[in-house]
Amino acid sequence: MDLSYIIIPVISLGGMALIFGAILAVASEKFKVEVDQRIIDIRAVLPGANCGGCGFPGCDGYANAVVSGAAKSNGCPVCSSEIAAQIAAIMGDIVETCEKQIAHVICKGGCDNSQADFEYFGIKSCKAANRIKGGSKSCKAGCLGLGTCVLVCPFDAIKIDENRLAVVDPEKCTGCKQCVEECPKHVIEMIPASQQVIINCNNKEPGKIVRQICSVGCIGCKICVKACPHEAIGFENNLAKIDYEKCTNCGVCVQKCPTKIIWGPPEIIDEVG
Amino acid sequence: MNTTSLFVIFISGILVNNFVMSRFLGICPFVGVSKQVETAIGMGMAVTFVITLASILTYLVHYLLLVPLEIEYLQTIAFILVIAALVQFVEMVIQKSSPSLYKALGVYLPLITTNCAVLGVTIINIQESYNLIQTIVNGLSGALGFAFAIFLFAGIRERLELSNIPSVFKGFPIALITASLMSIAFLGFVGLV
Repeated sequence: MDLSYIIIPVISLGGMALIFGAILAVASEKFKVEVDQRIIDIRAVLPGANCGGCGFPGCDGYANAVVSGAAKSNGCPVCSSEIAAQIAAIMGDIVETCEKQIAHVICKGGCDNSQADFEYFGIKSCKAANRIKGGSKSCKAGCLGLGTCVLVCPFDAIKIDENRLAVVDPEKCTGCKQCVEECPKHVIEMIPASQQVIINCNNKEPGKIVRQICSVGCIGCKICVKACPHEAIGFENNLAKIDYEKCTNCGVCVQKCPTKIIWGPPEIIDEVG
Repeated sequence: MNTTSLFVIFISGILVNNFVMSRFLGICPFVGVSKQVETAIGMGMAVTFVITLASILTYLVHYLLLVPLEIEYLQTIAFILVIAALVQFVEMVIQKSSPSLYKALGVYLPLITTNCAVLGVTIINIQESYNLIQTIVNGLSGALGFAFAIFLFAGIRERLELSNIPSVFKGFPIALITASLMSIAFLGFVGLV
């Protein structure tokens, strides 16, 4: 076999690649565009998850938007406040701090303490299950526990527990809100990270109905509203709602709640049992 | 070669042998970037630009390099090399010389590297043994045909967004049905040249 059959193609293709490479290398120097150094700096401190939680196409898009003034330095939901401060420092801004928000599944009615209308054997997706009479649970506002949020979470922060309920790991949650948008039941709520007292029910039906279908639902007794020393609990659509601005995490409501659906600081939870 | 044959190539490229509708090349950007008329025009412009340039360059590479060395069988890989390098180069030049055009074309420019319509045009040019002028005309008309098709499709999709469609067909399914109907409509041009 003639060796030139191998050598000619290798040399010609390799030569072409070399020439193109050289041209591109020269061009990249010659046509270099001055990119604002701040964009590069901001991009460097961003987490790089490209989750889109900020509303811009990826971290690059957000960095561009910050420099062009379209986004604020604390617009990245994933970043800690230190990183937001770094971004602000790069931009020369005054630091605007905002508290980190994390996702929380406001339903504790798992398979052992809530009623079911029927057994669901379909596709393992909350969205699919929701199409069939709003899911198998009697409570039409509760977590279906089929893990649509688990699949969408880019940070592996959501698990389905043994009670068939989605549980968010506050350590891993970055607050990108993707699960909030994905959940067909809208049972995931963004809550400030330091907030310890949380009302774990999403059912807006009257107390009588809630009592029949779930042992851990808000029955609308308003005991917590009266008990709260800071007037931080309001009532809306048969459901208690905490004003996180006013709440001091004192835990009085946790102790008073007859159905034990309000979560509080660990020491109070231990006391209540 | 006369102007009539060039005109025939031109019409054939835009209507009769439309890249998307008759040859089914470049379907990915056709479906992917056709949600809004504005972005569709951007994509069409970028493709037109790149295909015309790529036609000329690959023609030169083929007849000045591959044919004399008798390595025509390396056509595909050589053309891909040319197109990829060209797109990169064009991107750099545009970014420097015309930031506004760069912004308008946006992410579509680098996407064209992997657009099979570009490779398709260049290979068809060689297969049909066109000369340089015919190659340019074929490249330009094929690319304009692509731009035309994606523009029409985006227009229809924009209207579909607002119309009352059975929910099972919403979004992608109806887009595919629309695309196939458009393809059938383009069949009407067969026999024109």
